[in-house]
Amino acid sequence: MPQLSRTVSNTLYRKNNLFLFLLLTPPLLWFGVVYLGSLFALLWQSFYTFDSFSMSVSNDLTFENYRSLFDATNLDIILRTLSMAVAVTLACACIAFPIAYYMTRYGSRAEKGFFYIAVMLPMWASYIVKTYAWTVILSQQGILYWLFNHLDLTSALESLLQLPVIGGNTLATSQLGRFIVFTYIWLPFMILPIQAALERVPTNLLQASADLGAKPAQTFRKVLFPLVFPGVVAGSIFTFSLTLGDYIIPQLIGPSGLYIGTMVYTMQGSIGNMPLAAAFTVVPIILVSIYLMLAKRAGAFDAL
Amino acid sequence: MHSDKSPIWLKTLAYGGLVFLHFPIIFILINAFVANDGNRTHFTLRWFSAVFARDDVMSAIALSLKVATVATFLALIMGTMAAAALYRRNFLGKEAITTMLILPIALPGIITGIALLSAMNILEIDPGFWTIVVSHATFCVVIIYNNVVARFRRMPHSLVEASMDLGADGFMTFRHIILPQLATALLAGALLAFALSFDELIVTIFTAGHEVTLPIWLLNQLARPRDAAITNVVAMMVMLITAIPIIGAYYLTRGTEAIAGSGK
Repeated sequence: MPQLSRTVSNTLYRKNNLFLFLLLTPPLLWFGVVYLGSLFALLWQSFYTFDSFSMSVSNDLTFENYRSLFDATNLDIILRTLSMAVAVTLACACIAFPIAYYMTRYGSRAEKGFFYIAVMLPMWASYIVKTYAWTVILSQQGILYWLFNHLDLTSALESLLQLPVIGGNTLATSQLGRFIVFTYIWLPFMILPIQAALERVPTNLLQASADLGAKPAQTFRKVLFPLVFPGVVAGSIFTFSLTLGDYIIPQLIGPSGLYIGTMVYTMQGSIGNMPLAAAFTVVPIILVSIYLMLAKRAGAFDAL
Repeated sequence: MHSDKSPIWLKTLAYGGLVFLHFPIIFILINAFVANDGNRTHFTLRWFSAVFARDDVMSAIALSLKVATVATFLALIMGTMAAAALYRRNFLGKEAITTMLILPIALPGIITGIALLSAMNILEIDPGFWTIVVSHATFCVVIIYNNVVARFRRMPHSLVEASMDLGADGFMTFRHIILPQLATALLAGALLAFALSFDELIVTIFTAGHEVTLPIWLLNQLARPRDAAITNVVAMMVMLITAIPIIGAYYLTRGTEAIAGSGK
């Protein structure tokens, strides 16, 4: 028996390709069959025909689902989701940068570790729990309204909610509330890549820039930011893609207009129009692919 | 980078950001211990016993623990195999394979979910425990892969060669040389995968059918505000069950270049 195991293992060590093949087969089978297979099944169904009278799907192939993506209402959904994803990405970058910058440049060793854990924990903390917490915080009986009330700022809040686009009846049903929750949920995904990129910037470059007479703002603009930009883009891949596909937060917080995610969810669920749902999922796939291509050009993959 | 004195506004922004990240979590923690009798608000453990008496909560927790355990186990095997195959060799299609491993977390979760659902519809597979496990294992593989491949890259191959030169066979080398070096990376990856699976919601909704995992239970609770006290306690428990493996994974990979959780 030991002789046999020795023969087998030595053969595997010498026949490197055979070993490689054996190692790769299970994960490749799993991903090839289960995952890619499912993706193709989905893609294929996006060409099926949905009969809105009988509410049933037939196997006749059609481009109708893709064409209807360009109907005014559907285009509206796509643009609404896209602009939210862009807004959330920008907000995350603005909030994340000072945090990442402070922790890499000024944090002591212990402080750095503290910041790292303090970012990791909310990042991995349960998505639904965080969303739940926000539904309670933003509600009219919630802590924010209470705070505004005690600071005598209720009228300021009211007039903020009167504004078009971001406003709404209450914080919890406003576009602003949804934006806050999205930004909160995906923020940690932006901090860590920026921090990693900052970590790689040699300090003497900044010193050299200062020695040569640049003001801090100039050093930031001309030296630091270009070097860290790939990290920002790397983080934005997450914030952008995650916002684009989310369908829980738009259901729970904010006004009633559909998002790509909620559209897909209702189409396949209550309406049973799997073909249109499938065609809709192609939208984020294409948007994310375009984004990834741009990100690759910005060098974001080296910063991941 | 070296440290000198930080401008006060920067420090304020940085710590302000941390406060923003943590106050909803602290809010949940506090809420779990608060009871309101009439107008008086006080500390209580009453909701905890109420939670343990609820069968629906207990079975949701049990299901989520079972799913996370099995999915992590499957992902450990496949992630390690993929890492072992891909870390040293360069061959045609390697890029495609790594891209494919990342795809389940790079694409929005709703796509993975609905794709698996449509495949299940076509093959007429009834959703249940195993469909949840399969969907979770699919996106957990890359977590294990990331952790293990980083460790493999830092491990000098000369150790393996030395072991073989000294007469150990492949299995002995694996058992006594490779495995001990991988151990903490495997454990850290497993902890992260477990945490990820335990509170996954987006994909699970599509693959769970009528099964209720803990995150799905929480989502259903949102429509029932009267149960808020129970929901608060369960929310806190979910938070703790995931926080412990995360901190564990951090300490296991600290000082190595593998950033635990890079690319959730």
